[in-house]
Amino acid sequence: MGDTSFLHPQYEALSRTEIEALQLERLHKTLLQCMKSPFYRKRFKDCGITPQDIRTLDDIVRIPFTTKQDLRDNYPFGLSTVGLDQVVRLHSSSGTTGKPTVILHTQRDLDQWADAVARCLHMAGLRPGDIFQNTSGYGMFTGGLGFQYGAERLGLLTVPAAAGNTRRQIKFIMDFGTTAIHAIPSYAGRLFEVMDEMGIDPRRDTRLKTLVIGAEPHSEEQRRRIEQMLGVKAYNSFGMSEMCGPGVAFECAEQNGMHIWEDYYIVEIVDPVTLEPVPEGETGELVLTTINREAMPLLRYRTRDLTRIIPGDCPCGRHHKRLDRMKGRSDDMMILKGVNIFPIQIETILMQFPELGNEYLITLTNEDANDKMTVEVELKEFDDDYPRMQALTREITRQLKDEILVTPEVRLMPKGSIPVSDGKAVRVRDLRKTLI
Amino acid sequence: MTVHQISVFVENKSGTLAKVLDLFKEAGIQLIASTISDTVEYGIFRIICSEPMKAKSVLDAAGVSCSLADVFAVTLENYPGTAADAIAVLGKAGIGISYLYSFMLSGKGILIFRTDDPGKTAETITRHGMSTLDDASLLSLV
Repeated sequence: MGDTSFLHPQYEALSRTEIEALQLERLHKTLLQCMKSPFYRKRFKDCGITPQDIRTLDDIVRIPFTTKQDLRDNYPFGLSTVGLDQVVRLHSSSGTTGKPTVILHTQRDLDQWADAVARCLHMAGLRPGDIFQNTSGYGMFTGGLGFQYGAERLGLLTVPAAAGNTRRQIKFIMDFGTTAIHAIPSYAGRLFEVMDEMGIDPRRDTRLKTLVIGAEPHSEEQRRRIEQMLGVKAYNSFGMSEMCGPGVAFECAEQNGMHIWEDYYIVEIVDPVTLEPVPEGETGELVLTTINREAMPLLRYRTRDLTRIIPGDCPCGRHHKRLDRMKGRSDDMMILKGVNIFPIQIETILMQFPELGNEYLITLTNEDANDKMTVEVELKEFDDDYPRMQALTREITRQLKDEILVTPEVRLMPKGSIPVSDGKAVRVRDLRKTLI
Repeated sequence: MTVHQISVFVENKSGTLAKVLDLFKEAGIQLIASTISDTVEYGIFRIICSEPMKAKSVLDAAGVSCSLADVFAVTLENYPGTAADAIAVLGKAGIGISYLYSFMLSGKGILIFRTDDPGKTAETITRHGMSTLDDASLLSLV
């Protein structure tokens, strides 16, 4: 792949040495910028370091982590490094788990964000002439405006269809000749189901070729299944509102890990318990430092997302590191009978059974002080054959036990009985009570 | 020898029964016999009705998980012991019954059942000259 495949060859084509030199330069600039925020000024003073103490990229470990709690405690403007007269946009998290958080953007921040998303979409093969339909919620949810501005920046005809109203989404796909969609994986599955009900074969009746998926952990099996159903290539996208939103990391044509834009971020993977760096290639918590942001830079932000850096070079020619698909979050990791379990492990097993549909729900309970896991999963076709269904249940249970080392209770459910919203699917319910 | 039966996969917590019966009512489908069996995990609502094919498509369209299958329908004379004799014949032939239910219609006893060996069951029924029903002859009794 030559330079013409890069939207931003001046950044995408950098060698490792060049990337690291640029990172160090931008880190210095960021540290000076951070000194303008009351929060970081105090933080640096408290731990007795100055920006000048950070001489190499390795010195970054001397900087304390920034956490979501810091954002909450300093809500709304405590981390701002510019006057509010320079801030042109604010995104806020829903605050479902407590106080909300806020991320601020200058015009330059928004421009840089749009460039990053444009670079991602370009890398997935989209070009002017493509019609990009965004099924993200708009408003505070960054997947809406983030993809909107990025796709427009690239010159795509961008349809802000927003979330929900599946039949209308399908009408747009048909009427406008949509070639690319951004959707969370569970919603991509939903689109297919409704198309199927409407007698539409996406492979034959639509121009869809590209799907951008993210925001919801999913397995490789689920990606392949969605690709097969819709007749598209599905590219994983990684973003989070604290890092602007979408555009942090994205898959290239190889579909083997997401290149994280190291001209925007410094990447670390740490053990979520000891907070020490893990050896290269091992899974841990993703920690990001923004080095291309004005209004609200974040230093060593603990994302809570669990992933690893895929070792080795990517055949696409980019030297920006590749993140493996998210393996869940350090805070949605389930601990059951002392065993660490990620929902994605269970999903991977379930998706291997052709008898099962896409929806499942994991429920944790603890009657008589015993942790118990129930896995409800949709049966695609019901046939009134109890012995066969029992055998299927037993086989699913056995394979799950082999994977997660705990024996769950598996329940086959009628199709449509597991609630799916048009937003993120609820995959885990923890109903365990504190027993003290 | 067989009639069509609709089996509905019923979630233990939901209002599926009411939904199914409402759909039948709307479509003008008459219930002839029905039975609910429940296992630990879920229930199965089995139905013999006036228009099984139509019932299947109505349920499918409404997104109800169900299947349509052939089940044996044997008629019995209306006096004590006939069911015992019929079941004994199947038992002696080594046929296992997966499930069975019975009802009375126009003065006849009717046994509906499914077995683990449909071929052998059909052959046994024929060999013993048992009286059976199909969809049309069942409907004529209603």
